Amino acid sequence: MKKIDYLLAGVGGQGTILASRILASAGLELGYDVKTAEVHGMAQRGGSVESHVRWGEKVYSPLVEHGMADYLIGFEMVETARWLTYLNKNSVTFINRFRIPPLLVTLGKARYPSEKEIENLLQSRGGKVKWLSADDMAKDAGNPAMAGVVLLGALSNLVGGGQEIWLQVIKRLVPARFVEMNQKAFLAGSGAGLG
Amino acid sequence: MKELMTGNEALAYGAYLSGVRVGAGYPGTPGTQIMEKFASFPGVRAEWAPNEKVALDVGIGAAFAGTRALVSMKHVGLNVAADSLFYAVYTGLNAGLLIACADDPGMHSSQNEQDNRNYAKFARAPMLEPSDSEEAKQFAATALEISETFDTPVIVRFVTRTSHSSSVVEVDPAAVPPPTTEHKPYKREIGKFVMVPGNARRRHPVVEERIGKLREYAETTPLNRIEPGNDDWGIVASGAVYQYAREVFPEATFLRLGMVYPLPEKLIREFAGRVKKILVIEELDPFFEEQFRLLGIPVSGKDVFPIVGEFSPSLIRQAASKAGILPAAVSGFSAAPALDIPVRPPILCPGCGHRGMFTVLKEAGVVVMGDIGCYTLGAASPLEALHFCGCMGASIGVAHGMDKGGIPDRLVAVIGDSTFFHSGIHPLINTLYNQGKTTTIIADNGTTSMTGHQDHPGTGRTLQKQPTVKVDLERMVRGLGFNKVDVCDPNEMDDFRKILEDHLKSDEASVIIARRPCVLQSRERRTPPRIDPDLCTNCGTCLEIGCPPLVQQEDCVSINEAMCTGCGLCVQVCPAEVISQEAK
Repeated sequence: MKKIDYLLAGVGGQGTILASRILASAGLELGYDVKTAEVHGMAQRGGSVESHVRWGEKVYSPLVEHGMADYLIGFEMVETARWLTYLNKNSVTFINRFRIPPLLVTLGKARYPSEKEIENLLQSRGGKVKWLSADDMAKDAGNPAMAGVVLLGALSNLVGGGQEIWLQVIKRLVPARFVEMNQKAFLAGSGAGLG
Repeated sequence: MKELMTGNEALAYGAYLSGVRVGAGYPGTPGTQIMEKFASFPGVRAEWAPNEKVALDVGIGAAFAGTRALVSMKHVGLNVAADSLFYAVYTGLNAGLLIACADDPGMHSSQNEQDNRNYAKFARAPMLEPSDSEEAKQFAATALEISETFDTPVIVRFVTRTSHSSSVVEVDPAAVPPPTTEHKPYKREIGKFVMVPGNARRRHPVVEERIGKLREYAETTPLNRIEPGNDDWGIVASGAVYQYAREVFPEATFLRLGMVYPLPEKLIREFAGRVKKILVIEELDPFFEEQFRLLGIPVSGKDVFPIVGEFSPSLIRQAASKAGILPAAVSGFSAAPALDIPVRPPILCPGCGHRGMFTVLKEAGVVVMGDIGCYTLGAASPLEALHFCGCMGASIGVAHGMDKGGIPDRLVAVIGDSTFFHSGIHPLINTLYNQGKTTTIIADNGTTSMTGHQDHPGTGRTLQKQPTVKVDLERMVRGLGFNKVDVCDPNEMDDFRKILEDHLKSDEASVIIARRPCVLQSRERRTPPRIDPDLCTNCGTCLEIGCPPLVQQEDCVSINEAMCTGCGLCVQVCPAEVISQEAK
């Protein structure tokens, strides 16, 4: 059973914690040992946040090592680029084509890099980069807050497990009245043709 | 059955299954969910106390009464509760008492990174440290057994990466806690429980003797063990760091310490006799390293690894490679190519009432002593309207001291409602009693927001969601003897400005209750204002409130409507009056 290391990056409030729970639970369903690490509290007030999720035969550390992430799942463009050092030439990055300008940018004191610059930066590590307009897709499914679930849908095609397992996990972890909407968002991601 | 749980959740589950019936704590990252999870189990009483000391006294009382108890807090909470920890070690208990305490190496959400292992030694309280969630569950049971066998409180130490990491826990759906009939009867024992000097003098030798017995226990408990491997390097580690080290040194012999105080001397000597060289890998203080050195055993430790900051497998690999212990790091870590990625520190949420308060305070140019909570973010650019933050409850006393120390400016203390209940009341009494003239602003958003909206004595609800008395801040402050007390919504800037100016002119100590519900909790939204792009002069005044939806474009400022809550603060600050909003 091969290890799979994931890093989920975004802005506090974007739902990285829920997405990492879905991803971790799917791993457990698929028979992996699983660990995750995340941060709460002040870091979540609109700041950069990252969650680590690891699947393997036996997982010790909950933290992924630099250069060892198999998948980087970026909920926001510069936040994806921020975790660059975790990538290697075999990594696959799923990046949401979505900007939340940091305060320094909205104040005109820093520049938000262009899509091309971010693409080049991620490519510089040698891995694959897959773009999704996950916020738009989530909006179509009912609510842009589900962008993370769209990204997981796209990822699911590469890491195994039939859709049924993922849809079941979503049903278990999401409040009942949002289940259908989230499952729709997941299927939109997995049907995006990025496998 | 296997289930994913965080360390916080697993400890609460283990405590529940071990028959803990009473829990008390105060929220604090990363330990908050311990008590939240415990509160969810049937047949238990779980409480948010106003602060950690009260929580610990409640836990001690429950244990005196013969009921197993759980107390939870973050690392700095134990500073507040330390007085009670020290007496409880002297008195001992009756039923078991587990103190769960979460350190925050790397300071993800804290003002310092103190290493609470030192408290175990300082107070002579045994301390366990789980390395994942399954251990957190198991160690809860072990801690309570130790507590009852040795008649002492037991501390279970977490760090952020054990509190807030999830891993697999074995769950038996049929498992239930032991019946309450196993309750131990309370006995009045004045010599044991009344810590006047005469009794305390008789108890101190008991404490030292107990630690001797616990040291013997540490030799044989499976909490501590040698994990045999290649003996060229013997690695000493505990907690989350054990897991990182296992990954970086898969072949080495390990001394794995689940009980971090007191340490097993014989086991350490046996380990030292077996391996060629010893590497102690521990976050923060050289706590184990010093014990090894006292035993005359040479080790590498802080000469290889930093004394500051959080560890990770990457950090351990890098440091060990640099020291020549591992071959040059093969991991893909390398410097990122040059591209400025703008930093993204945490900020006040759009619609937050603290933003209006700090905007007015900044205008007034006053010196502001702050406290611990979301409003600490008032110090961040561009507001920069908060000039001190030290620890819970410090704002009011420090403001009074600065006033007495001769600062000519009128001083203001800003403290949140939950923090005020935690440790703001005593310094407020002090200001009044000692003829102070500072103004205290209680930023009352009706919740403990930073840690995730926990209830407190001012919310009218208990942790277990029962309706209860709602302490009225205004009546309380007036009851203390304050004459100058006003209540207002700080985002109604004209009102707040008038009140603040009036208070700053006054020569008596005063209180303003700046009340606006936390926007994340109230979810209040109004139609976003509109900026007329033709009339906007792009002067940037509105940007000075630091509200994320306001974005400077080439010719004007625009509003990101998806983020905007429609609080209307920008409408109030625009000097050209080109931002408009429908009336409420």
